Amino acid sequence: MMMLYARRRFRNMTMLVLSVGATLAGLGWLVLILWTLVVEGMSGLSLKVFTEMTPPPGSDGGLLNPIVGSLIMTSLAVAVGTPIGIFAGTYMAEYGRYSPLTQVVRFINDILLSAPSIIVGLFIYEVMVAPMGHFSAYAGAVALAVIVIPVVVRTTEDMLLLVPKELREAATALGMPRLYVIRRVSYRAAKAGILTGILLAIARISGETAPILFTALNNQFFSADLNAPMASLPAVIFQFALSPYKDWQKLAWTGALIITLAVLALSIIARMLAASRKTS
Amino acid sequence: MSDAALQNSSIALLRGQVLDRLRLRDRIFHFSTVAAALIVLAILAGVIIALFIGAIPALCNFGAGFLVSQRWNPVTENFGALAPIYGTLVTSLIAMVIAVPFGLLIAVFLTELCPIWLRRPIGIAIELLAGIPSIIYGIWGLFVFAPFLQGTLQPFLIKVFGNVPVLSELFAGPPYGIGILTAGLILAIMVLPFVTSISRDVFEAIPPVLKEAAYGVGATTWEVVRNVVLPYARVGVVGGFMLGLGRALGETMAVTFVIGNAHRISPSLLAPGTTISATIANEFTEAVGDIYTSSLIALGLILFVMTFIVLAAARYMLLRIDRRMG
Repeated sequence: MMMLYARRRFRNMTMLVLSVGATLAGLGWLVLILWTLVVEGMSGLSLKVFTEMTPPPGSDGGLLNPIVGSLIMTSLAVAVGTPIGIFAGTYMAEYGRYSPLTQVVRFINDILLSAPSIIVGLFIYEVMVAPMGHFSAYAGAVALAVIVIPVVVRTTEDMLLLVPKELREAATALGMPRLYVIRRVSYRAAKAGILTGILLAIARISGETAPILFTALNNQFFSADLNAPMASLPAVIFQFALSPYKDWQKLAWTGALIITLAVLALSIIARMLAASRKTS
Repeated sequence: MSDAALQNSSIALLRGQVLDRLRLRDRIFHFSTVAAALIVLAILAGVIIALFIGAIPALCNFGAGFLVSQRWNPVTENFGALAPIYGTLVTSLIAMVIAVPFGLLIAVFLTELCPIWLRRPIGIAIELLAGIPSIIYGIWGLFVFAPFLQGTLQPFLIKVFGNVPVLSELFAGPPYGIGILTAGLILAIMVLPFVTSISRDVFEAIPPVLKEAAYGVGATTWEVVRNVVLPYARVGVVGGFMLGLGRALGETMAVTFVIGNAHRISPSLLAPGTTISATIANEFTEAVGDIYTSSLIALGLILFVMTFIVLAAARYMLLRIDRRMG
């Protein structure tokens, strides 16, 4: 009898110790990765990074053109993808809540949400780059927009579904047309949540590399021409990190640090927004 | 008298106009939301059609042999997908074998052991791990993790398993640092947050009464997890694994950095290899000739079909558990 107890207790202890160990290991990786990033990235971080262009190997320089390129393409992608995502989410939660189309769109959207991003790059290459005959920032922005859309659709639908139906009923009872019920009541109630979704989408695309590689390609020089190849932080990190030149590798680390900080900041702000919504 | 009647009818007219305008606007808005929803469907359809059309030249040229051929020769324009498919499957398998037990154990810790005040911070930290872009894992893997493995784990594996039959084949050859094993380990780190957060969500959705009843008859924490939590959460947890697997199969940048990009199938896990996504990322912009480009797109099509099946199965399972939990 005592033997049985001891054995059960022992097995319990073993598994619990293992689970604590697994958690420590998981968190350890996060700390380790961030630590390396900060150490390697900080050493190259200076004002020059934000004011100078990418250098040829062997000389000094910064990351101005890829930073600007990333900002341009990200803004374009958000400008294109967000309205489509919000509208589609609105259909699913408001007009078509019980229609079969919504079921299908939800399923397909979930697939798109986790589909490999390199496939998106190939898709946009086929439909934009190949017909146009050259790589361009437009193509890069559209590829990123294709990644933005499912994220925004998902959060918009989820957030609109959380709006109590009594609010809509009260507005409708006052004689408000559907359009105004959605805009003045549903959107207003779900505003913070929808914004969270947009921030998460920006966080997601600011580090995406695979869809950029065959669409916007890369550019050693500063270019604001949307119809031409454009540099972006992820693409430059990819090129520089795999190069044999020490100073390029160093810039790659600095770029990696900038991206990570931006992504972490965006996700933390998004989380705080979502949390403030819950408590209010 | 007639004045008032005139006024009334003009108000009615005005009201009719306003209502018509509102109705029209509402219809336009309704129509635009439907159009946006259809765009989502059009994207998926577009992806499938574009990949299929792009893959036709390669598929016509090589036929079904494309799937089982190991050759990859840009000079003679002779391509086969077996080596990338093999690399994709093996790296994902390594990732899942490591990430699944770790993810489950962390989920157990978060739901059963962890003090309440620590739950949120740890949960958030694990989710931040999921938000780090894959290129960061790639650069970290190349400069930090691969040299580390080359110096420690790989010589150790070679030494320990060198004389064991079968296993010596798996861990043969010099420690390159980069290779299939390294890619699998990096993928494991990347997939871990997904597995963990879904397992935790499913665990938390279990009615407390069931667990309390088990504790009430004297079960230990582990026995509750093993006999109540896991059986109840099975479908959802498997769905979470599939979602993680979908990520691992399609992950590009992290793998591209550390896989070595060698088009051959080696029995050793320490040898460099390639995956579908790494091959596309490395070679697509440099591919010359229609057959080369088309072969890479055909690889993309294969990858898309694989992930589609896995993700669809995952969604189906998670849907089932959603329904059961109401």
